[in-house]
Parts: sequence; C-alpha cells; structure tokens
Amino acid sequence: MSKPIEHDYIGLSVQQLLSMESSDSNNKKNGLHLKATELRLGLPGSESPQSEDHDHNVLSLKSFVSGAKRVFSDALDGGGKWVFSGGSGGGSEGLFSPRSGGNNGGNGLSGSDSGLGSLVLKDGAATKPVLVQEKKPQVAGGSGHGTGNIAPASKAQVVGWPPIRSFRKNTMASHPPKDDDDAEAKLGAGCLYVKVSMDGAPYLRKVDLKIYGSYKELYSALEKMFSCFTIGQCGSHGVSSRDGLSESRLIDLLHGSEYVLTYEDKDGDWMLVGDVPWQIFTDSCKRLRIMKSSEAIGLAPRAIEKCKNRS
Amino acid sequence: MQKKMAYSFPDEVLEHVFSFIQSDKDRNAVSMVCKSWYDIERWCRRKIFVGNCYAVNPRIVIRRFPEVRSIELKGKPHFADFNLVPDGWGGYVFPWILEMARAYPWLEEIRLKRMVVTDESLELIAKSFKNFKVLVLFSCEGFSTDGLAAIAASCKNLRELDLRDSEVDDLSGHWLSHFPETYTSLVSLNISCLGSDEVSFSALERLVGRCPNLRTLLLNRAVPLDKIANILRRAPQLVEFGTGTYTAELRPDVFSYLAGAFSSCKELRSLSGFWEAVPAYIPAIYSVCSRLTSLNLSFATIQNPDLIKLVSLCPSLQRLLVLDYIEDSGLEALASSCKDLQELRVFPSDPFGVEPNVSLTEQGLVAISWGCPKLESVLYFCRQMSNAALVTIAQNRPNLTRFRLCIIDPKTVDYLTHEPLDVGFGAIVEHCKDLRRLSLSGLLTDRVFDYIGTYAKKLEMLSVAFAGDSDLGLHHVLSGCESLRKLEIRDCPFGDKALLANAAKLETMRSLWMSSCSVSFGACKLLGQKMPRLNVEVIDERGHPDSRPESCPVDKLYIYRSVAGPRVDMPPFVWTKDEDSSLRLS
Repeated sequence: MSKPIEHDYIGLSVQQLLSMESSDSNNKKNGLHLKATELRLGLPGSESPQSEDHDHNVLSLKSFVSGAKRVFSDALDGGGKWVFSGGSGGGSEGLFSPRSGGNNGGNGLSGSDSGLGSLVLKDGAATKPVLVQEKKPQVAGGSGHGTGNIAPASKAQVVGWPPIRSFRKNTMASHPPKDDDDAEAKLGAGCLYVKVSMDGAPYLRKVDLKIYGSYKELYSALEKMFSCFTIGQCGSHGVSSRDGLSESRLIDLLHGSEYVLTYEDKDGDWMLVGDVPWQIFTDSCKRLRIMKSSEAIGLAPRAIEKCKNRS
Repeated sequence: MQKKMAYSFPDEVLEHVFSFIQSDKDRNAVSMVCKSWYDIERWCRRKIFVGNCYAVNPRIVIRRFPEVRSIELKGKPHFADFNLVPDGWGGYVFPWILEMARAYPWLEEIRLKRMVVTDESLELIAKSFKNFKVLVLFSCEGFSTDGLAAIAASCKNLRELDLRDSEVDDLSGHWLSHFPETYTSLVSLNISCLGSDEVSFSALERLVGRCPNLRTLLLNRAVPLDKIANILRRAPQLVEFGTGTYTAELRPDVFSYLAGAFSSCKELRSLSGFWEAVPAYIPAIYSVCSRLTSLNLSFATIQNPDLIKLVSLCPSLQRLLVLDYIEDSGLEALASSCKDLQELRVFPSDPFGVEPNVSLTEQGLVAISWGCPKLESVLYFCRQMSNAALVTIAQNRPNLTRFRLCIIDPKTVDYLTHEPLDVGFGAIVEHCKDLRRLSLSGLLTDRVFDYIGTYAKKLEMLSVAFAGDSDLGLHHVLSGCESLRKLEIRDCPFGDKALLANAAKLETMRSLWMSSCSVSFGACKLLGQKMPRLNVEVIDERGHPDSRPESCPVDKLYIYRSVAGPRVDMPPFVWTKDEDSSLRLS
C-alpha cells in the first residue's frame, strides 16, 4: 500500500487523482469507478480486505471541491440509486456500486465543476462506510432557492412557508400527531432542522433534513452552505461563485483541509454519515458536524459496532 | 417671573414626577420638552427598550442613560422565525453585555428576543450584575445548559428565568442543581424549550419546594405526567403552569392523585404544555377550568369531542391557543361558551399535507367573530377563505387590533367567487380602525394595498407574502400607512421604483425586509448612498452582488434606520455600503 504524499484518506496523491480523471476510456472509467465505489472508510494506514491495487480509502469531503471529482462522478446516478433505501436491504454487496446503479458514463463530466458533495457508500462485506466524491447538481438561485432541485414527498415545500416557527415545526415533526390516517404519510412531511457545524467555521448552520431525499442532495446543500468558509470570504478573493475557481485554488484546498461528515444520533454517539438508509438516518440524526478527518479516527469502529447491534 | 420659577424648580421634584411616567413614548416626549428636562430624564430613566439592536450601539445608550436597571433588546428580523435569515447573520448580545457589565453594575433585568446568546455572555451576566433579577431569552440561540448553570449558581436574587422558544444545547439536566440550597427567590421559571430527555427531577422538586413565591412554572417535555402531581403539591400557589409530556397509561391512582394536585391549586389561571396529551388524563384539569383565563393546547394532540368538552368548561377564557383539531364545530362551541375571549390562535396540525385533514374552514373564525365581543387578536391558519367571511368578521369585530390570517396555499382565491381576497382584507382595514398588526395571505392584487394605504392608519406591522402585481402595491403601503414601523415582504413583485420613491419613509420605520422580490442591487446601492441614516443590508448567499449585473434582483434585503452606522459583525454573505460613506458614531 502506497503512502501518499498528501495526507488524505484515500492514500492517493492529488496528482494521481487528477491523472485518473484525464483518462478517457469508458472501461477504464468504469473500472476505476468500481474500485472507487468500493472504497471504504480510510483511516490512514488501515487495511481494506477488498482492495486491489490501491488501498483507496475514503476520499473525504475535501472542502467540497476537488479536481478528482470527475473520476467518481460518472458512477453516481441521479436520484435514489446511490442511496440506501429502506427496500434495498442492508446486506447486499455493493449497494452503491455502479453495477446496480447503471453506468452512465458521461453525465458526470458535463456541466461545470462547481464543487462536490460526497456520498457515503457501503461495502457489503466489511460494512465500513465510504465517502465518495460526486458532482453537485446546480441549484437554482432566486426565490424558493431553499428547495432548489429537490422534490419532496408531499408537495413542493417553499422555505419558510407556511410561517410556522421552528420551535413548533420541530416539535410537531419529531412527534407527529397520532391519527387514524396513514401516519407514515405525515411523517414524510413536516420538517426537521438539525444544526450543522464545521470545524473552523465561525458559526453554525441549520438544515432541514426533510427537504432532502438522499445523501447526495444533503451533500450538495451542505457544500453550498459551507463553501464560503473553505474558499474564504466570497467577496474577498474577487471570486463570485465556485464556478470561477481556478484549478490551482482547488489544489491549494486539497492540501490544506480534509473533512468528513459526521452526525450525532439519538443515543448521543457520533457516527459517520452514510452508514444507514437515508430514512433511518433522518430519523436518528440530531446534529451534523463536518469534522477534520484527523479527528474522525475513532468513529469507524463504533459505526461498525452500531450497525452490527442494529441488524 | 416665569423664567425664574423654571430655574428654581428643583430637579428632585421633576424626577419624582417623571418616575410615574413609565411608557417609553411618554418618556421620550418628556425628554424633548427642553434641555433641562432632557438631562433630568436621562438620569432617571431605568428601563430601555431597543427594538433593533443595530439601530444604536451600547456606548451611545450608556452615554445617554447612565442609570439603567432594565434593558430589552431585539435582534434578528421577524422572518428569522421562519428560517429566512441565514445563520450567522448577526444579533450577538455579547458586545452589549460587555459594555453593560462595566457601565451598569446594578442592572437587574435583561430581556432579549431573537438574539444570539453564548455561554460566555451568560457567564458574564452571572458574574457582573450583583442584583440580577430577570432573564428572558425569547427565541434566542447559541447557548447551552452550561451557561444556565452559571446563572443558577451566581444570581442569588434571580426572580425570573424564561427561555421561551429558545434553542438551547441541552447538555444535561443537572444545571438545575446549580441553584444553591439557600436560593429561594424564584418567581418564574420557563424551561419548556429544553429538549433533552434528562431533567433532574429531585433538583426540580426541591427547587420548587423551597421557593414560596413561585408563580409561573413551565416545564419541558422531559417531565412525565406522573411527576407533575408532586411538583404541583409543592407549589399550590402557582398561577401559571406548563406540563411536560402529558401522556401515560390510564391508572386510576395516578389520575386521582393528579386531579387532586390540580384542584389544590386555587390560584391557577393559565395552563400550557400538554405535549402528546391523551384524552384520558384531560379530566384531571377540569377542577381548574372554570378559573382559567389562558389555555395553550397548541401542542396537544387531543381532538373532538374531548377538545370541545374541555374548552366548553372554561367560561373565563381570555386567551386560547389550539390546533386546528378544534375544527369549526369546536370554534362554534367556543363562541358560545367563552364570551371573554380576547385572543385566539389556531395552528395547523398538518401544515405540509396536501389535503385538509380536519374540518376547519373560515366558518370557525366567522362564528368566533359573532360570539366573542372582546376578540381583538387573531392568528388563524386555514385552507379556504372568502371575501364574504372576511367582510363579516370585519363588521362584527371592529375592535380587532391584531389580525393574522394564513391561508396555507399561497395565492388561494376566494373559494366561492374565485376572486382575489382584496375586498375581504380591505374590509378588515376599513372597519378595524385600531388595527396595529396585519398578516395577509391568499391571492391579492395591488388593490388590497390601495385599501391598506387608504385605511390602515394605525397599522404598525404588516406581513406580506406572494401578493401584489407591481410596484404600485408597495407604493400604496409606504405612502399611506402613517404609523408603519415594520414591513416584511417575501415573494412579491415589488421592485426599485416604489422603494426609491419612498426612501424618506424608511427613516420613519424600524425596518423593512424584502426577500425574493425584484429589488436590484443598483437600487440598494443608491439607497445606501442617499440615505446615510439607513443601513441597507443585502443578504445573498450566491456570492458578491458585484459579480452579477446591477439590475439583477438581490435575494434578500434588510433596511433599518440606525444611528450606529454599518455594523462591524457582518458575515460574508451580507453586503452594505462602504464605511466611508457612513456616519460612524463610536
């Protein structure tokens, strides 16, 4: 297993990632994707039973921008294919692998490199969570931007409408009124604000988990929210949006900060995001934290134990 | 001769006279009479209200009023309640606490609304004010139970601790144990917002037991039903009580113990809490119902007929908060049994559902308007409305002072005529001449704003969403509403023209919020340049507005008058005029 020059989870250097991206044969891409999507959580130096040539471990959030994203983005389909859904069960191998998800080779590369979210994959055998880069879909600005490209279960929810205070919304959401009607339909609605903190950021944000349907959507939104901390003040570099970032800036960030997305569950334990099906995640997530990878070292084993205990 | 008398009139006498004048408005008027009255008044003003913490800064306040004992500050704009203000926008109280710690060692009361309060701020309060008595944190955030522990431990004279609707990092229930055993002065405790499942019951019971002046106690959800009775028995003098989670398996012994505890509280006038209430235990409160003046069932999941039965037992009710489970039939019952009703708030049980889940329509509100002659404050969520109903309500209840109607689907038409609801709301402003607060909903054209500008002369706060056709709508309001202080608008096609034409009006108001409208960045810049006493804040998370054409509409706009100049604590997504073009008062 090669030790990277930069200290990142995958064990790949930035140069390696960038060179992978420039390969253009579909096969090779798919092959890479397969390996990529079988990446498991990287504690630097840890072994992964299924690794072949690279011991790729997790490619962390990397401040949401990375030149390497294009490598993996192809593998990730839109919609729910990359997400644990209740029905797909927990044990099947390669739940998030491109084999089950289709192999749209081209779609990830199109569009601007406006940054990344990340997605957690699960390897069936080792049940270790994995973070993979994916391309963030463009989210429209303007009114209703809070909902962007999200299609929630009941009807399109406009941010802040109806005008019900967070205190009331959160109270009703976490304990929905019992009804003769289909209680589950009501559980799908409502809203659930959780705090998101990021190591080094001056203040918290809050996100409504109910408006996202998948991990991918959550990551997109988080990256949009926190990008101005990682890039620096939005105005001060004279850069208007991430679209305008130069590649050199991306590389600078890769060197610097490495983050993983974690959450505190109902038991008070901190877990890596992506272990569990999305629905279970939203029901048990109390708060989110984008923490430095170096601090996330203790998380993986507990995550595994919890999964085992649960199943 | 008269001049001589003026100079010889002792200051102490004037001060004594002024001490009977409590209202801020009157105090301000007094201070404008002449220089000597200004000076006398400023030395004896004890209570300050700052409606927008950025309108002024602590040093200015302290310089003018050196002997303040009580301060109230408000931070974020109202729409922050609905998550329209991004986190990190501002509203930090710490700079105020820091200055006041030095200048007002005898400060007794701090009341904050929509501000960011850190544990550090709470610790500083605990340490700095020896005679601290009242802390009210209304819809605040940023602190944890650690900060509360500091307050509990140090504030020996604390009377009131009210955390209503705040977001608290509830790390542990043990903060309550930090009230020393010698501490007995608690009068009011509201911890209903604390979220964790932990509460130290024994500490709570002991605290309640040793504070004979306790009048208000609002518990949080962690307190189960079977603990209530013991608490009530230790505090039969309570006037205002909020239960915790009000659900349990029905057990006769628990029920009768609880019912007995309630009935021993002869002073009880107000009840709230009732999270997850089960009908079986509702009768436990029947003995106090006839005396209740305020009842908050807005978190109670009980439905009719239990709900109707309950409200029918409360003839003295002045204030009712309830979910739409009450339905039209319940409101009709309310209208016939509660003739003293002054305030009604009906919240939606399923606001995001596509279909109505309950039978609550405009009829319920109409029934109330017929039956409750003292009704003056309404907050009503429903799914259908008609102009006819609104006209009836307006004609029945010209004494309305606060009318907030939320028809859940934006741009809903009059369900009978399919017309906009302009005429209905027009009737409200025309008949209710003392209307101070109005929130609109449904399909509305510029016409409704014409009515509002024409009739709503006492209107102080207006909330508008998904309404209007053009700038004319905004112009009607800004040019017509003489008493307007706060205007908040979202998703309306109002742009530059009305705003710039009424720029001077903005200095007479506390604040204007506009989000998802059509105000261009160019107009914002112009306004900022032309009006030095206004802070024009452009809130836009899409990046610097200079990266888009000047004609591009800004995402969110918050304009407020200020003597403090642009603030220094803005986050990266807020832009305002350059510091050079502003007056910076230290």
